[in-house]
Amino acid sequence: MNCRNIVKELSNYLDEALDSTLKASIEKHLEHCEDCKVVVDTTKQTIQIYCNSEPAPLPEDTRQRLRDALKKRLRGVRV
Amino acid sequence: MSAPKINPVEPAAHTLPSQVVKDDEPILVAAAKAGDISAFETLVGRYERKIFRLAQNITQNREDAEDSMQESFLKAFEHLGEFQGNSRFYTWLVRIAVNQALMKLRKRRPNQVSLDDDIDTGEELIPRDVEDWGPSPEDRYEQSELSNILNTTISELDPSFRVVFQLRDIEELSTEETAEALGLSVPAVKSRLLRARLKLRQKLNRYFRRSENS
Repeated sequence: MNCRNIVKELSNYLDEALDSTLKASIEKHLEHCEDCKVVVDTTKQTIQIYCNSEPAPLPEDTRQRLRDALKKRLRGVRV
Repeated sequence: MSAPKINPVEPAAHTLPSQVVKDDEPILVAAAKAGDISAFETLVGRYERKIFRLAQNITQNREDAEDSMQESFLKAFEHLGEFQGNSRFYTWLVRIAVNQALMKLRKRRPNQVSLDDDIDTGEELIPRDVEDWGPSPEDRYEQSELSNILNTTISELDPSFRVVFQLRDIEELSTEETAEALGLSVPAVKSRLLRARLKLRQKLNRYFRRSENS
């Protein structure tokens, strides 16, 4: 296992989609390669920070137009 | 490869735990299918922010995002009878929204946007700027500031990378669901996801690296 292979398998490793032998091989490399460990950790943080991010509230005018469109099409209400 | 069909095919069940879906969703969906418009409006209220963000990230245009969101909810209601409940309603809704947003994007930029072609950027995947980020970015930045950083950074990605990252890592679709929603092969999704993750890591590095905050 070398640094290039770590990058190639990075997504599969983070998604826990590797067999146990390959996973163990990667973790052995990470024990002594500080650069790869940083890349793995910061890529993991990248995914987590986006996954955890809450969407901003809908702008009020956008929300109102959505409500109007739903009323018109779903309830047949003239808006 | 042709564009994904508008009429969504229900994907296989997603077994991963999700922060997105609440337990009462099947009850609301069943009520909406039975004609309870209020139940559907509750679902709209629950997901409108996420669907709008998804459409904005794909189209990069507020007007197109708003139109896409409206059409997505209306189309979902019209086709609700076809939803069999074998997957999450939210996943099904996301697929409709992706199709609507991609149509808008292609209409606006027909010669610039192709999600279908294989992408070989010729870029070396080996990361540069290898530096620890130190304390958690969530602890370091105000919520609004962090949101701006995340929005700015993801908007800098190529659309074909951005949409894959959006579906897999923000909307939590499986690789297979993402491939089906975008009309891509599973290897193409995996390849783009890896590049998207590495590119975002690289771009976020300028904000989050330890030396930036010392």
